[in-house]
Amino acid sequence: MMDRVIAILPELNQAFLETLLMVSIALAVAILIGLPFGILLFVTDRGLFLENVVVKRVAGLVINLIRSVPFVILLVFLLPFTQFLLNTTIGPLAASVSLSVAAIPFYARIVESSARDIDKGVIEAAIAVGASPWMIIKSIILPEVKPGLITGLTITAISLIGYSAMAGTIGGGGIGDLAIRYGYYRYDNTIMFTTVIVLIVLVQVVQYLGDLIARVVSKR
Amino acid sequence: MIKLENITKKYSSKGKEIVGVDDVTLSVKAGEVFGIVGYSGAGKSTLLRCINLLEKPTSGKVFVDGVNLHELSPKELRKARQSIGMIFQGFHLVSSKTVFENVAFALRAAGADKKQIKQRVEELLALVGLEDRKDQYPAQLSGGQKQRVSIARALANQPKILLCDEATSALDPGTTKSILSLLKKINKELGLTIVVITHEMEVVKEICSRCAVMQDGKVVEQGSTYDIFSDPSNPLTVSFIQTVLNFDLPEELLGEINGKLIRLQFKGSIAAEAVVSDMLQAFQVRGNILHGKVEYIQSMPLGIFILELSGNETEVNKAIAYLRDKVSKVEVFDDGSRNRHLA
Repeated sequence: MMDRVIAILPELNQAFLETLLMVSIALAVAILIGLPFGILLFVTDRGLFLENVVVKRVAGLVINLIRSVPFVILLVFLLPFTQFLLNTTIGPLAASVSLSVAAIPFYARIVESSARDIDKGVIEAAIAVGASPWMIIKSIILPEVKPGLITGLTITAISLIGYSAMAGTIGGGGIGDLAIRYGYYRYDNTIMFTTVIVLIVLVQVVQYLGDLIARVVSKR
Repeated sequence: MIKLENITKKYSSKGKEIVGVDDVTLSVKAGEVFGIVGYSGAGKSTLLRCINLLEKPTSGKVFVDGVNLHELSPKELRKARQSIGMIFQGFHLVSSKTVFENVAFALRAAGADKKQIKQRVEELLALVGLEDRKDQYPAQLSGGQKQRVSIARALANQPKILLCDEATSALDPGTTKSILSLLKKINKELGLTIVVITHEMEVVKEICSRCAVMQDGKVVEQGSTYDIFSDPSNPLTVSFIQTVLNFDLPEELLGEINGKLIRLQFKGSIAAEAVVSDMLQAFQVRGNILHGKVEYIQSMPLGIFILELSGNETEVNKAIAYLRDKVSKVEVFDDGSRNRHLA
């Protein structure tokens, strides 16, 4: 049994790196777009300093639209867009397009909800000293929400690892793809168990690191 | 310095309209400490927040230092807010920033450069007595220390006005005293105009030269703190005064009283004992002091004594008439009202 696993090691290694690549790209996009989006949702809310019903509604609607499509369907739905963007629909890079699209609203909602936990009084005190909206976002909201941002990123990363397996099935590569190919098509349980163990370890490591960093940055 | 004209603030909550502040007109003079007293829900906090437009009044005008705040652009309003410091019951410090950074934030908001910020923050922390805490986080400080940080933050941009929203309500009595004396010091040394809202009459007595009493969004009484304490006219004010000048006598004692119960109030520097002993010599009555206290309000004495007078009815009445002549206020409690509060 061991030699079966050893024989598959190079392939497993590559699949692991592919998963890492897909998830990393999607996470980067989540931070780049999802984070500002989440902050926007928060500051345009009722009673906040950039209250704006129209922006809030439109942003909320877009996010809900994306979030209500099951990921497998989103994958297929986005194939033409991926084709247009990368000129291919195969490989981890192509898979990261749909993963990113799913990650943005997911992370945005997490950012929004952790921002809601900030003591409103702190924001009010900043308004009272005459700080501009941008300063309040940069110097009050972001530092205050930092532990929440990191915890949220951990949750997003773990969900994305799960999603990446689905992306694998339609040609995205990665560990999920490996598990389906060996475990489902070839009834090779050894390989399937191995991939499951790899995934478990990966998720545990991500969770541990996320918790650790969140604890270090929190000053409460 | 501050003029509020016909301020009304209405909210709608669950379809119902609630009037938070109801047509309040107030003015606060430069350099004074002004108190707004009321129970929670009286609208005092809302009124205070109207002064820097944290709360936009539904109608009415706010003038600060002669400027109508409603006419300012958002940018000008931010500038104006820099000259109105504010502190809160819950301190509202940024938990992810050190003491230094919390104070520095106010200066950065005003566009100060690094060197200015460092120098000014150190000055401010020295003023509030927290020089050695500058690198600590709010979670490591006590309530009193947190309030000192927020005072330093509020004073960062050299404001002319300081608004205090229940600033001592979350603190223990000892810490409250020290924060109040810090506010007094700031008022004296920096000439700051301070507006304090509180439900503690003790705070008003300690630092306010004038005050207003609020109920259901309206100001029911206002005047100099001394006058409010010595001659409250509104029942609510009376009940607030009682929290400081409490003269409840024990039931057992009231049961033993045979004569008339009188409450004397001495204003200013009249020598209370002299008046009472003169009265006892001039009339055929026996006097028994049951309770007595001299409170200093704005460093002016306000003395209150409760006496039992017994003897011949006409002599007692004459003695009371004599006292009415000499003393600012005399109240006589007949048998039926013995059990009421005597304040």
